[in-house]
Amino acid sequence: MTDRELKLKSVEYRQKILRYIYHAKAGHTGGSLSCIDILNVLYNQVMNVSPENFDDPGRDRYVQSKGHSVEALYVVLADLGFFPEEDLLTLCRYQSPYIGHPTKKVRGMEQNTGGLGHGLAICSGNALAAKKDKLPLRVFTVLGDGEMAEGSNWEAMMLAAHYKLDNLCAILDYNKQQITGANADVIGLEPIRQKVEAFGWVVREVDGNDVCALADTLQCLPFEAGKPSFVIAHTVKGKGVSFMEGVLKWHHGVPSPEQYEQAMKELEEARQKLLEEVVEA
Amino acid sequence: MEMVQTKDIPNLIVFSETLQALAEIDRDILVVTSDSRGSGKLVPFGEKFPDQIVEVGIAEQNLVGMAAGLASMGKKAFAVSPACFLTARSLEQIKNDVAYSDNPVKLIGISAGVSYGALGTTHHSLHDFAVLRAIHNLTIVAPCDNFETAESIRQAAEMDSPVYIRFGKKGMPTLNRTIDPTFRIGQGRTIREGEDLTFIGTGEAVLPCEEAAEMLAEKHGIRCRVISLHTIKPLDESLILAAAANGQPVITAEEHSVHGGLGEAVAALLFQNGCRNKFKIVGLPDEYTVNGSQIEIFDHYGISGKGLMGTALQLLGSGSGK
Ligand SMILES: [Mg+2]
Repeated sequence: MTDRELKLKSVEYRQKILRYIYHAKAGHTGGSLSCIDILNVLYNQVMNVSPENFDDPGRDRYVQSKGHSVEALYVVLADLGFFPEEDLLTLCRYQSPYIGHPTKKVRGMEQNTGGLGHGLAICSGNALAAKKDKLPLRVFTVLGDGEMAEGSNWEAMMLAAHYKLDNLCAILDYNKQQITGANADVIGLEPIRQKVEAFGWVVREVDGNDVCALADTLQCLPFEAGKPSFVIAHTVKGKGVSFMEGVLKWHHGVPSPEQYEQAMKELEEARQKLLEEVVEA
Repeated sequence: MEMVQTKDIPNLIVFSETLQALAEIDRDILVVTSDSRGSGKLVPFGEKFPDQIVEVGIAEQNLVGMAAGLASMGKKAFAVSPACFLTARSLEQIKNDVAYSDNPVKLIGISAGVSYGALGTTHHSLHDFAVLRAIHNLTIVAPCDNFETAESIRQAAEMDSPVYIRFGKKGMPTLNRTIDPTFRIGQGRTIREGEDLTFIGTGEAVLPCEEAAEMLAEKHGIRCRVISLHTIKPLDESLILAAAANGQPVITAEEHSVHGGLGEAVAALLFQNGCRNKFKIVGLPDEYTVNGSQIEIFDHYGISGKGLMGTALQLLGSGSGK
């Protein structure tokens, strides 16, 4: 996929995230908008996961540790053809499989997540099993910055380095905010790079809302043979909608009709701009 | 007494030997330990199958989360750790990563109940049945002897859903296998027939039930049925209801708090099916557990042949003691 196609996907995904959150009157808006570029690049550029190979043991694995940003994952999986996109109109509705966190009831989901600090340990198990079976697959997880306070993440970090799981890549959606406020005010996680490096991982930092930069970074896995890879993806919560960017209340805020219209207008303008660029090119 | 007496071997040893035999023929069997290979008697396993043992260090959350990740890749992962830590420290991993995500991990709670005796409450697991019973998609097994331990481990290896198996480390005689020589997870075993009273025990509390039944028969001519209800969940409802059908007293015995364990499961079943038998739950009362060895703690709370005999005579009343 070309850079422009990737960029276009991101804008369209953002429109869909808002559409289904608005329709459901529920969802984790800010976090879904911050991590969507990461998921876009993973599923469209990096991983060998598709509806066709989803039962193949050799497929790459993705486990979303920050489960609450499930709307981002839903729209990507729908786009890949795992299920009809209109199913998302049932998001959070009575008896719908599309709940507010990833579940395996939805095709394309590898694990049920939602409790924080769980993804990395599961991924370590996946990666270790792949090593034992000599399967060349890779395992990915997206972590939230708030959940880095969970001790279980650091248990898994120790283990992944000890077992030299260089088929494992964790991506931190570092939007610097969590439900109560700035990470730095809630419980500081800096210096995160040094901490992760001290645990034996190789760290790269990237603009996590720049699909080209993300794609470049994730093409180089593993960053070093014999070590797990960690990407600090600097992102903006609520990215792509001017009045949501960096504004705490959009952690799980649902837009009013006027806000929704405004947000969709902004995104449509961004989309048109990209389409024009595609035509020019 | 028709006991098949063998040398008393701890269930823990039988577990390790059974697993070694399985690992020999099945390379997908993996043991995951949290610095617990010594306590799990798994040192020989590690020596024989170094590629089939995974050490995570003292990190029980990681033990269970990692095992879930192994299981989802098709590995038969046995996560082995003292029951006290496994079912408390990593409870959320059991609930979410194993049960909810339906990753068929085999959770092995070693040195369960009050096996650690005088090491105290930090090392006791008197809550595990209660908390795990409330979690959907988890089978809970407490084998009473070497036979049930070996069988439950063998069957767990082939299960494609999550299972928790807990046992102690004291030498255990193998109990009567002549009445019911079969073992199926989910189906209790009647190890003694009788119609005057029914003991329903689980795990290492079955042996004192058998001892009480023997003494009641010898000293009082009272014939007791003894059921080893090794599977706490799913509960073998038909076996329990059949045992209670004649209206005679029922006594449950478990190495667990009287709250939320086998006894309350049986009570709920009986009451909701209209049974009004005299009934007593014997287990650890809701108090700071007395200090002592496992056997001393059992004696203190009446989880002993003598204690259970006394409870039986009480329920039967002075007039019904034949
Ligand atoms: Mg955040």
